[in-house]
Amino acid sequence: MAMGNEALFARGQMAYSLAFHIVFAAIGIAMPVLMVAAEVMWRRTGRAVYLELARRWARGTAVLFAVGAVSGTVLAFELGLLFPRFMEHAGAIIGLPFSLEGIAFFTEAIFLGLYLYGWDKLRPRLHIACGALVALSGAASAAFVTIANAWMNAPRGFRLEDGLMVDIDPIAAMGTPFALHEVLHTVLAAFMATAMAVAAIHAWALLRRPGSPFHRAALGLALAVAIPSALAQPLVGHMAGQMVARHQPLKLAAMDGLERTTARAPMSIGPIEVPGMLSFMAYGDADATVRGLDDFPAADHPHPIVRHAFLVMVGLGSIAALHALVTLLLCWRRRGLPDARWWLRATLLLGPAGVIAMEAGWIVTEVGRQPWTIYGVLRTADAVTPVTGLWLPFTLFAVIYVGLAAVVTAVMTHQVRKTTDAAERG
Amino acid sequence: MGAPELIALVLSGALLLYILSGGADFGAGIWDLFARGPRAHAQRRLVEGALAPVWEANHVWLIVAVVVLFTAFPPAFAALTIRLHVPLVALLIGVVLRGSALVFRQYGGPDSAHRWQHVFAVASAATPFFLGAVLGAVTSGAASERDLLAWIAPLPIATGAAATALCAYLAAVYLAVEASSKIGGASGETDPEAPTRELADDFRRRAIAGWIALAVTCAGCAVAAHLDAPRFAGRLFTAAWSAPLGAVAAAAAVAALVALVRGRFRLARVLAIVQASALLAAWGVAHAPLLIAPDLTVRGAAAPPVTLRILGPVLVGGALVVLPSLYWLMRVFKAPPPRPGDPRSGSPT
Repeated sequence: MAMGNEALFARGQMAYSLAFHIVFAAIGIAMPVLMVAAEVMWRRTGRAVYLELARRWARGTAVLFAVGAVSGTVLAFELGLLFPRFMEHAGAIIGLPFSLEGIAFFTEAIFLGLYLYGWDKLRPRLHIACGALVALSGAASAAFVTIANAWMNAPRGFRLEDGLMVDIDPIAAMGTPFALHEVLHTVLAAFMATAMAVAAIHAWALLRRPGSPFHRAALGLALAVAIPSALAQPLVGHMAGQMVARHQPLKLAAMDGLERTTARAPMSIGPIEVPGMLSFMAYGDADATVRGLDDFPAADHPHPIVRHAFLVMVGLGSIAALHALVTLLLCWRRRGLPDARWWLRATLLLGPAGVIAMEAGWIVTEVGRQPWTIYGVLRTADAVTPVTGLWLPFTLFAVIYVGLAAVVTAVMTHQVRKTTDAAERG
Repeated sequence: MGAPELIALVLSGALLLYILSGGADFGAGIWDLFARGPRAHAQRRLVEGALAPVWEANHVWLIVAVVVLFTAFPPAFAALTIRLHVPLVALLIGVVLRGSALVFRQYGGPDSAHRWQHVFAVASAATPFFLGAVLGAVTSGAASERDLLAWIAPLPIATGAAATALCAYLAAVYLAVEASSKIGGASGETDPEAPTRELADDFRRRAIAGWIALAVTCAGCAVAAHLDAPRFAGRLFTAAWSAPLGAVAAAAAVAALVALVRGRFRLARVLAIVQASALLAAWGVAHAPLLIAPDLTVRGAAAPPVTLRILGPVLVGGALVVLPSLYWLMRVFKAPPPRPGDPRSGSPT
């Protein structure tokens, strides 16, 4: 379906709002785990580096969580500002996970306040408990909001009558078959993206000042989160691929760039083409027929960027998993954290990989869902607002977000520099 | 009263709590804009310290209101976001800039503190105006799908001004309490920058100024309502409960002013909260059963019963988690510091 300019501006604004928010949301899920882990280590070992680390990480969390909270508010309104027909149809069905998310987010904000500013006001155990509640409610809020997205991809809990959803069942809607893998994939991605970036910062500091106990402690904790997530993610990703094959065969064809319907469909791994591999990955049977793009009306094909984003996600995810394996091997051989410079450099280089893979994965899910807002039920072109002149809010928010990204980078650089300086003095 | 009315009540409650807490946080930013004189720095420090631990939690009431609106009254959310696209975008820009500027100035190092102070203050002053304008347009029906600037009309402008005054008034009263309870340093040790009696007095004067601004803008709203929304204006006096609630608001307002003049800040805070709540309740009662004027009623815009049947218990459960936590947060950061000699005054660590 041809899409007017207004609809393109609406999609564009939604896309960059989410791309922006998702980074801060991911950090809001994973940073609390790191800061609480550091505080627990301090209570256990009594080593001052862990206390310093917990306090530094908490400062970073404060800044990034705030930007996540305000950009998330923008998104809640944008559901209506840009796609009011979507919420008009779907609000009664998927308002439930959004409401649960609101409650979880409320809990997160309250206990984050208590954690960040309660160092001198709360007993140690209570303080750690507050931090743990921040981490828990952060993960819960991510899970609920991802369920809403899972429903958009695999809508359940209603009957279609003249194109309208009737006999709705909000509980059945939350049981969408996409819920489990999307939630796991998203939460793991958040842990990977955050922990790999944190690991990179401290690897960089260790390259400048080898052996610093502060940065070694930090790197150890970051890797303790990054490694298991990076190893589990490919398995969850495989599960996601099989669910997409079953429920969104067109998206699968777009992801794999499969032009024609093929039995024993091959998959290219680097230069090598493995026959039947795609069929096997998608359906657990090397002889299975995989439907190609030619099996669907051209108007329904998602943008080819889905293919490239999928390759970026899988490529970076594989490298991250490989790095995790190598790191485990080095740790086991050295009976401790490795300090080889090549390994530190690799850890530094992989810093942005988690974030990039997460954004790429988001593109696969969301652009791959187009031209539908609710898959098979409501087209994006029919969901968009009748308001005209959308280039203006598009431009305004774009300018604000670019500015915010620059300032957040500057503020975080300032905080990291203060941290490294303090560690070098200490 | 059925399920739609009950949920509409919860929605109004979330909005009221947003204005009483989050709104006051914006109001505090307005006083940052007007910080001057020998204690300008101390005033800003007081504002920052008062906001830091609680503003994010306070802000979530807005998200709760939006989520309840689109879950329980989906057509109302669609109508609101289409007809009031422009003031809502302005409101969001204010929300984003205020929140970001607040943390940037706190964590961005010495140079950025100065730079972000102004963004924080200006965004704090503009946001309540647009919130008030949205509520005014919802009341008067001065909003249309075809003319996106239809909300620029007497009542929304007047309610925008009144909301700004209300937020500034509440904030000044809260800050007077905050300053007076911290006089001489929180835990007894001497902090040269600790709030002084003069600082508390600064905010007493600001609270009185805010009170006057609120009275004037409310009078403006009454006039504008007669011009713009005569049906609503009539119901303000005739709807059951509306007039008594208005009388409560007026009585609380007078009492709050007396308490402020006498320096009884804690009492003034209670009265100001009663005043604001009664005022907004009178407003809501006169507006009911409409949700979005002129065409959407609470009943007419309600989601199917099954959604409301599930949402109700979810909200009750959420309240059971959130409200005690919120109470604890306020107790930890807003309770008066223990007096020296109090057994609880020992350092907890």
